[in-house]
Amino acid sequence: MPPTDTTSPADPLPERAADGTPGKPPTRVPCGIKFEKVVKRFGDNVVLDHLNFEVAAGERVTLIGPSGSGKTTILRLLMTLEHPDGGIIRVGDDPLWHMERGGKLVKANERHLHEMRKRIGMVFQQFNLFPNMNVLRNLTEGPVHVLGLGKDEAVERARGLLDMIGLADKEDAHPTQLSGGQQQRVAIARALAMEPTVLLLDEVTSALDPELVVGVQDLLRDIAANTDVTMLCVTHEMGFAKDISNRVLMFDQGRIVEEGTPEAIFEDPEEDRTREFLSAILAT
Amino acid sequence: MNWDWHYSGQVIPDLLDGLRVTIIATIFGYLIALVLGLVWALLRRSPSRVLNQAVRWVTEFIRSTPLLVQLFFIFYVLPAWGVTLGALTAGIVGLGVHYSTYTAEVYRAGIDDVPRGQWEASRALNLPRRRVWFAVILPQAVRRIIPTLGNYLIALFKDTPFLLGITVVELLGSAYDAGAHSLKYLEPITVAGLFFIAVSVVSSLALRRLEHRYATN
Repeated sequence: MPPTDTTSPADPLPERAADGTPGKPPTRVPCGIKFEKVVKRFGDNVVLDHLNFEVAAGERVTLIGPSGSGKTTILRLLMTLEHPDGGIIRVGDDPLWHMERGGKLVKANERHLHEMRKRIGMVFQQFNLFPNMNVLRNLTEGPVHVLGLGKDEAVERARGLLDMIGLADKEDAHPTQLSGGQQQRVAIARALAMEPTVLLLDEVTSALDPELVVGVQDLLRDIAANTDVTMLCVTHEMGFAKDISNRVLMFDQGRIVEEGTPEAIFEDPEEDRTREFLSAILAT
Repeated sequence: MNWDWHYSGQVIPDLLDGLRVTIIATIFGYLIALVLGLVWALLRRSPSRVLNQAVRWVTEFIRSTPLLVQLFFIFYVLPAWGVTLGALTAGIVGLGVHYSTYTAEVYRAGIDDVPRGQWEASRALNLPRRRVWFAVILPQAVRRIIPTLGNYLIALFKDTPFLLGITVVELLGSAYDAGAHSLKYLEPITVAGLFFIAVSVVSSLALRRLEHRYATN
């Protein structure tokens, strides 16, 4: 279990000046998320069917539901790893996949996507650390080459984060030399090093051995408790979802079946589909 | 036919000169193959369908025609269009371009082999395109393809005798000249063969060490 050092988590996302992009809000302004009639298809399979939902800035929302219900697709659309087939996605006040031209929304160009992605960070189920770089370089690559930080500043930020995740002594290690839990903590630190205002967590403990899950969950609890980052989390760990989220959305076949506080959804769900799903999860 | 040790010793200096030319042609030809192969591989992934298909046809064409024909073309035909290259330069260019079409396929396989998650993490981190290629994808791809790239180095080395066809006096050429001079071919051609084996074996061992180093790192 990583040390719950309260000095570093209090400032895991040090303030910095706005990135100065004209017409864009500073990156560190907390951002909400809005899906407006979003459609996503894979071939004939409609994964998201005119989906509407909103997440307030700083809110922590967990998405639950059976496989194929569209939860991960939502995160992937937000991270611009998939493009929507219809509808508008907003991060902050700005459309993610569109940009405004003469009062009209047109398809975003790569420059717009690049600016918008600065607001978003994602942690993957399979960690996806860069195996050809050591831990420190994994953490400094983005800040140096995307945010334009000086090398010393990026290293200082990375070391602060490594301290926070309890892996200060592993900065020279390569990802393959770390346990799955350690790799995932580094992946979380890598995402935080970019100072996102929205953090997407895609089943971040699913690939871990059970004894390594706790360390990662504790780290995320710390982040939830000590930062204002908006979190969107896909997980099957109900206890963890309860701890970190303000709200839970239950998905089925690309639609929200039910939503409410973690207590309401997990202890007294209204919909049969939610009950069915929860009992299936508890049975495994 | 008796083996003449004295004569064998006499031809060695000439053969070493030839070997020097062979090694120069191999090194520079291989460098061209490595760089141009990467360029082909990257262009094959271009979003432009026209470019993509054009590169595909060009590389397919080069791969499907004999190296000797290409060498003849570069050395004997291009001067008619005002491009005149020295024999060794033409040979180096010919070897490099020919083998670049093979290394391109190797790069392509190596790039395809990098897990999709690496591309996605690069995008999630918002890394610029150049950085994604040169800091994330290619270092991982190259590590996976070092053995195959190494095999092409040795294959290219063994194809250098084709340069004889465009008057380059490389290792086999110098052995042939020595034989033609004395009308005794056994010793120079055999010693040239032994030189080829020696360089191939040494290169294979060096490559194996390199593979081992990358595999364990």
